Amino acid sequence: MAEVLVLVDHVDGEVKKVTAELLTAARRIGEPAAVWVGDGSDGAKASLAEYGAEKVYTAPAELNDYVVAPKAELLAKLVEQTSAAAVLVSATTEGKEVAGRTAVKLGSGVLTDVVDVTAELVAEHSIFGGATITHSKVRTGTPVIAVRPNAIPAEPAEGAAAIEEVSVEMSDAAKSAKVVERVQQEQSDRPELTEAAIVVSGGRGVGSDDFSVVESLADSLGAAVGASRAAVDSGWYPNQFQVGQTGKTVSPNLYIALGISGAIQHRAGMQTSKNIVAVNKDPEAPLLEISDFAVIGDLHKVTPQLTEEIEKRK
Amino acid sequence: MNIVVLVKQVPDTATERTLSPADNTLDRASSDGVINELDEYAIEEALQLKEKHGGEVTVLSVGPDQASESIRKALSMGPDKAIHLNDAALHGSDALQTAYALAQVLRTIEFDLVVLGSESTDARTGVVGAALAEYLELPQLTLASKVDVDGSDITIQRATDYGYDVVAAQLPAIVSVVEKINDPRYPSFKLIMAAKKKPVEKLDLAAAGIEADRVGLANATTETVDFAAAPPRAAGTIVKDEGDGGQKLAAFLAEKKFI
Repeated sequence: MAEVLVLVDHVDGEVKKVTAELLTAARRIGEPAAVWVGDGSDGAKASLAEYGAEKVYTAPAELNDYVVAPKAELLAKLVEQTSAAAVLVSATTEGKEVAGRTAVKLGSGVLTDVVDVTAELVAEHSIFGGATITHSKVRTGTPVIAVRPNAIPAEPAEGAAAIEEVSVEMSDAAKSAKVVERVQQEQSDRPELTEAAIVVSGGRGVGSDDFSVVESLADSLGAAVGASRAAVDSGWYPNQFQVGQTGKTVSPNLYIALGISGAIQHRAGMQTSKNIVAVNKDPEAPLLEISDFAVIGDLHKVTPQLTEEIEKRK
Repeated sequence: MNIVVLVKQVPDTATERTLSPADNTLDRASSDGVINELDEYAIEEALQLKEKHGGEVTVLSVGPDQASESIRKALSMGPDKAIHLNDAALHGSDALQTAYALAQVLRTIEFDLVVLGSESTDARTGVVGAALAEYLELPQLTLASKVDVDGSDITIQRATDYGYDVVAAQLPAIVSVVEKINDPRYPSFKLIMAAKKKPVEKLDLAAAGIEADRVGLANATTETVDFAAAPPRAAGTIVKDEGDGGQKLAAFLAEKKFI
């Protein structure tokens, strides 16, 4: 069975949930082989084995010193060495870029932001803000596919996760954009926005940069916090938490929108959420049309009551 | 400093967007064409860099005849001139083919910097900046929330989940921008009038040195097999808060086993 390469997303050796989802998808297509860049693959061996990785190709941390290109060189080299059936990466902003460059190197087609993929490598997209579903295929070369986090449920299956070190000779071109500093702006214990099973977002209705009503509810649910463009543009919440067309795309099991009217801009970033809940003063808010449950009312009254009720039930 | 800013005409997200059943490509006739929103931020950044460092800003766009409107609109923000790559054979090109076509045009121009939006609102593939860097073997300075140029040194802040990376490179380079980078200007009446006289060079595939078998639907590296309207979401429950809205919501979440 042909190998299917899965580029691992990890933060300092801790494997992100999307990698388990990609390994699950890879098993439909062939034999999953994880591709690890950086230190810590030994420590992560068990969590990769748990989702069926038969091999773990590991490459040195030095590749992370440059923007995207070295990862594409690594993946292209592995495809050529292993005659892999496909390459799967997560559809984060960087993941999509890795996919694009890898495909150019391989002379392949690339599909990004895919919400499902079959054994025959037919990929499903949710486009135009979730209004249209398409099915696509790569026609040329080894398919390179970027899969949206939270779209494919992870299912465990045992793999050997045999670690194999890969030597990489980075080209000069790959070293032309150097990361000279990494700046941590937000430190919180909350889950990462695109990975979270539950997202609580605040919009214009929050009314100020005091997002505590949103954060308290999120914390009672172990959820990530998001924000609409209106809230970010008003300077109420940092840019990296923006959900929508020009921000992050999320697909959690539960999305709670507080004071967000739900313009297409916003819906494009959350419409594939499995359950949608809204609290809004405006009975005409477009988000209500796609909500599974909505409360028409003042979020500053409804939300604290909900948070209190959740805490009570714990 | 000579800057090329890439502009894509996309269907207005405020209108109903569809694919055309004939070949599963974007139906450009069914909705109004507008400049891709993030491209306005790219134009603004190019203009600010020109104001600081001098030089010229050229708009480059690939698209059918109606893209001329968006090119004029882009010019009305302040760029000096434009290049419009337009050829019927480009119809149905996928993101990588488009990046290849752009790269071929860029090979014929002298530039220090290419600036583009980090993704378009229609296909949202987010690969064109990276693919251009790959084709042209230039530094990939994508997802920039800040750009600084000093002589031939360029530094950007690249947006990440945790904040940003500071990335350094030498010009020429490819820069893609995120929304946070600036506030695009509104064209003044004077600029709108001036834009009408700015030169727009029209290129077809042959003039741009693009092989016809590298672009277009028939040679696309990907294929949209089918499409359909997403199944409508079942109508949900809407309640009016009468002092117990939070409790009702909690009951719903409990029923769904979230709490």
